[in-house]
Parts: sequence; structure tokens; C-alpha cells
Amino acid sequence: MEYFLELFFSGLTRGSIYALIALGYTMVYGIIQLINFAHGEIYMIGAFVALIVAGVCTIYGLSGFAILILAAAIAAVYAAAYGYTLEKIAYRPLRGSPRLSPLISAIGMSIFLQNYVLLAQTPDFLPFPRLIPDFAFMDDVAHIIGSPELVILVTTLITMVLLTLLIKKTRVGKAMRATQQDLNMARLVGINVDRVISLTFVIGSVLAAIGGVLVASYIGQVSFYIGFLAGIKAFTAAVLGGIGSIPGAVLGGLIIGWSESFAAGYISSDYEDVLTFVLLVVILIVRPAGILGKVRKQKV
Amino acid sequence: MKRMVVLCVSFVLCLAVTGVSAETIKLGVAGPHSGDLAPYGIPTMRAAQLVVKQINEQGGVLGKQVELLIQDDQCNPNIATNVATRLVSDGAHVVLGHICSGATRAALGTYREAKIPVMSPSATNPPLTQSGEYPNFFRTIASDDMQAKLAVDYALNSLGVKKVAVLHDRGDYGRGFAEFAKQALDEKEIEVVLFEGITPGAMDYSSIIQRVRREGADSLIFGGYHPEASKLVTQLERRRVDAVFISDDGVKDESFLNVAGSAAEGAYMTGPKDLSALPLNKAAVDAFQAAYGAEPGAFFQEGYAAALALLNAVQKAGSTDYDAVVNALRTEYVETPVGLIKFDEKGDAEGVGFSMFKVENGTFVEMQ
Repeated sequence: MEYFLELFFSGLTRGSIYALIALGYTMVYGIIQLINFAHGEIYMIGAFVALIVAGVCTIYGLSGFAILILAAAIAAVYAAAYGYTLEKIAYRPLRGSPRLSPLISAIGMSIFLQNYVLLAQTPDFLPFPRLIPDFAFMDDVAHIIGSPELVILVTTLITMVLLTLLIKKTRVGKAMRATQQDLNMARLVGINVDRVISLTFVIGSVLAAIGGVLVASYIGQVSFYIGFLAGIKAFTAAVLGGIGSIPGAVLGGLIIGWSESFAAGYISSDYEDVLTFVLLVVILIVRPAGILGKVRKQKV
Repeated sequence: MKRMVVLCVSFVLCLAVTGVSAETIKLGVAGPHSGDLAPYGIPTMRAAQLVVKQINEQGGVLGKQVELLIQDDQCNPNIATNVATRLVSDGAHVVLGHICSGATRAALGTYREAKIPVMSPSATNPPLTQSGEYPNFFRTIASDDMQAKLAVDYALNSLGVKKVAVLHDRGDYGRGFAEFAKQALDEKEIEVVLFEGITPGAMDYSSIIQRVRREGADSLIFGGYHPEASKLVTQLERRRVDAVFISDDGVKDESFLNVAGSAAEGAYMTGPKDLSALPLNKAAVDAFQAAYGAEPGAFFQEGYAAALALLNAVQKAGSTDYDAVVNALRTEYVETPVGLIKFDEKGDAEGVGFSMFKVENGTFVEMQ
């Protein structure tokens, strides 16, 4: 039982990070049907900005938690700026063009951002300070769920509650939902659609940056390449849960986290990716639009 | 008029002479110079540059200047094949490289067809020499099975381990090391409780670490490189798993110390013997520090040795003819930063080897 719990929380931690990143994919897809392949890079940039902020803060002698919050805040602002700019220069000019064009543009941006960080920073792995302290009260259960995992879970939970409130309760959220249902109709009733799309990118980027900071301080290293694999997994999570669906992205992230963790724990870590993608195939056969996804009727 | 003719002829002769002296010995250098494995390739590239600069200042090889053809393979087998084709078509006479075992294997066929001797400072995958498939391949580093045997012997005799978990990163290098370690453990009838591959670059390895604890392993042998090793030792520490971490020379890199920090303390790894007492070694390191003002980095000595050995063989062979150069490599001793070496029939350097290292107070300490 204890072993089960260990794997459960491992998977939950990993899955909640996937979910944070997957939200960015799914929100963007929900509104403009674009798979934003550069999203994983935003996550990586978030981690890098946090590293720089943490470095500066350490010089000024701030404590671990203060640095973490400050670093996450500045990383979120930076990532938001990147997300906004990305949409502005790489996707907006291509709106209305065939669907493949923005997709290619997205892949191009992903390669560009990776290589930009590689050149501007370093090709090597950098140590990321362990900003999350080991709480004394967690010591007895540290082998099941450690302090960093606890912080990650609490942070993602708060973030997701805030996101839900934003979408369900505010005017902006209402505009986002309307745009997701029908972009042209939303424009007709006076919603500034361009602004809503920008905002979607900004929110997605902030979530990715938070994920990046959490992961970096959890595993203690960053490199220009970390966005690739995390992005692929998060994208899979979004598809699994039903791309376009926000609860779906969270569910998909958790399922992938758990399936990886249990596969590694009970079967073999050689099969962790195999099992995850077999699961994806099976679910897509049974429900082609993903677990919580809705099939959009194509009007011809 | 006659004077003009003389002038013209002498001009032509002049050109012909410069034409001859412009002919160079071309030394190809291939390895990762960008990407996350660049720290393994750049020191060798710089070693080659230092060796060539020095030799050219002393009049070159066979009276010709040595020219470097530097190519970046990013440790990627596909790129490595292209790089090999490129070096062959650029007319490389000998090649120093590649760095990663996988990339080296991918490239070797191309060089074999073109009859070019290749020498790697770092590709330790055993079949590269032991299979006999590549008579044109040499290396200035000992092969993986030597590392694995050393690591296992040390773990059994000095650390007294009883239950071992073996992990690897699924790459040629890491998997090779892990398999040889398992072989050696099986021979000694020591229980291997876990033998698995992990995904390089995955977000975290906490599940597999839980498994290590559950199986009750008292030691973890890992075959792979430092980014994954850093994550593994960090998770071991965080999850309070009491197992000795033992790994290979892909982990013996400053980055491992920097990234893993306190979690790296007490980890063991194999690495090339500390040769800093050798005069040529000291000279090479000094030359590097004079030029770059930093520590040389991984495989610098081996790269330096390989560049020297290749050019020395060309000098001794008296030409760049393939058979003559290969013969010289196998028969003529050469003084290098890794000792006085020549190569055996299979292409392994005689007299180079590994030691066991331990991380103590943030540095690698050689164990006796």
C-alpha cells in the first residue's frame, strides 16, 4: 500500500505539471484550432528566467521561498510577454490562411526559441537552486511525498482553481468561452476577438512558466532542451483528455503522469512510454475526440 | 624580350613551388560542438587545434603544414554519417573523432570504404574495436567493459555491495556499460534486483527510484551521462534512499558536480587515470590554459593524445598511405599526455586505463 501511494504521488506530481502545460495547448486549440508547438519552449524560457532571477536574488540574500515566489512571478511576466509576441508575429499574420501554415510557423518558432536560448545562454545543463526547502514536518513521509511534491501539488491546485474562476466567473472568461464556441459570432456581438486570442496565449504561457519554475526547482537543472519532451507529453495529455477541453487537459495530464509512474513502478521503466502511448491509442479508438472532447461538426 | 621570358618562367616556377607547399596533411576533427553534449566534443577540438598549431610551428608533418577540417556531428548518428561523407569528400587523410559511441559507429563505415584511419578519444563502446569490423578504427581510451569490470570489482571488494540495481539510459554507451556490469555481477553471483532503461530527458525519475528502494538494493549502478545521473542522485537524496551510486566516466564531468551539488557527495564513478604527473600531460594542460584561461574539460588529454598519435603515425609512415599509417599506429610507440602508447591489433591503445573516483567535498578524488 505504501508503495502504491509512493507511485501515486509521483505520478500525481508529474501529471499535474503535464496538466499545467497541456492547458496552454488546449486553450489555444479551443479558440483558433492551432497546435502551438512552441508552447514547450515557453515552459523552458520560464525556467531560464527563473534561474536568472534566482541568481540575482541569492546575491541579495533572500530566503528560498521568497525567491521562488519572486522568480515564478517574473518568469510568468516574461513568459506572458513571449507568448503575446509569439502570437503577434508568428500566428496573427497567418490567420485565415490554410491550417498548415500556422502549424509550420509554430514548429519554426519552436526551433528558433530553442536555438536562441542555446546561443544566448549555454548548450550545457545549468544547476537550478533548490528553492523549495525540506519541511521538518514532512520528514516522516518524505519517502512517499516530499516537500517539493507538496508545493507543486498545492501550487497547481491553486492555479487551476484561479483559472476556472477566471473562465467561469469573469467577463473576460465569458468572452473567451464565446470566442471558443464561434469566433465569427463572437466578433459580431462586439467581442474584441484579437484581444481574447492574445489573452489566451498570455494565460497559457503563464501556466507553462509556472510549470517550468516548479519542475526546475524540483529536479535542480535546466537546459535549452527541456521544453521538447515536456511539450510532447503535455500535448499528448491534451489530446488524450480531448483537445479544446480544459478539464480534459487536466485529466489527460494526470492519466499520463499516473500511467508513467505505475508502469515504471510495477512493470518496467522500459515500458513507461510504451504503455502511455498504447493508452492514448486505445482511448482515441474508443473516443476519437478524447475523453472529454466534443466532436465538432464540420459545416461543408 | 629574353628577360621577360625568364621572368615569366620564374613566376610560373614560383607558383608551382607555392603550389607544392600549399599541399597539406588534412586532419579531420568530428564531434559534438553544439547541443547538450558539446562539453564532450569541444575540448578535443581545441586539443587538435593546439597540437596542430604546435606541429605547424615546428615545420609540420613530412614538411607539409597540417590543416584542420572541423565538423560538428552533435553526437547524432544521422549527422555523423553526413559529416563523415563530407570529410571524405574534403580529402581528410586521418580523422580524429567521433566523440559519442553511437555517432562513431554510424560514421565508421564511410571512413572504412574511403580507407581513412579514424581515432576516437572517447568512444568506449567495446564492439567498435572488438568486433574486428573496423580495422581503420583506433582509440586512446579504454573500452566500456574495462570500466564496468573495474566498477563492479570495486563495488564488491571495497564497498561490499550485496544487492545491486542496474539502470541505463538506453544509449549505446550507457546500455553497454550496464550490460557489462550485469555480466560481471552475474559471474560473481551477486544479485541484480533491477535491470532497466530510463528515458533520457524525462521530467523526473522518482518512480524508478521508489522501485530501487522497494527492491532493497544497497547500490545503484548507472550507465549513462551526467544530466540523468544528476537527476538520479538528487532523487535518491530526496526520497531518502540509502544506496551507493556507482557510474561511468560519462558522469565524471564538472557539470555533474555543479548540477547535483550536495547530492553528488559520496557517488563513485570510473574515469581515465589521473595522469597530471606526466610531463607531456602538464605541457598540454598548460598550453590549453594559456590559450583559453580555463580547465580543459572532458577527454582533452585523450583528444590531444589521439591528434599526436595520428600525426606521428603519418610522419613515421612517411606518407598518408592508409596501410603505412595503420601499420605505424600499430608498431610505433608515441609519447602522449596519456602515456607512452601504441595500438594493438584491434585498435585499442595499450597502456591506457581507468581508475575509480569518488565525489568528496565537491571534487573527484581518485581512489587507490
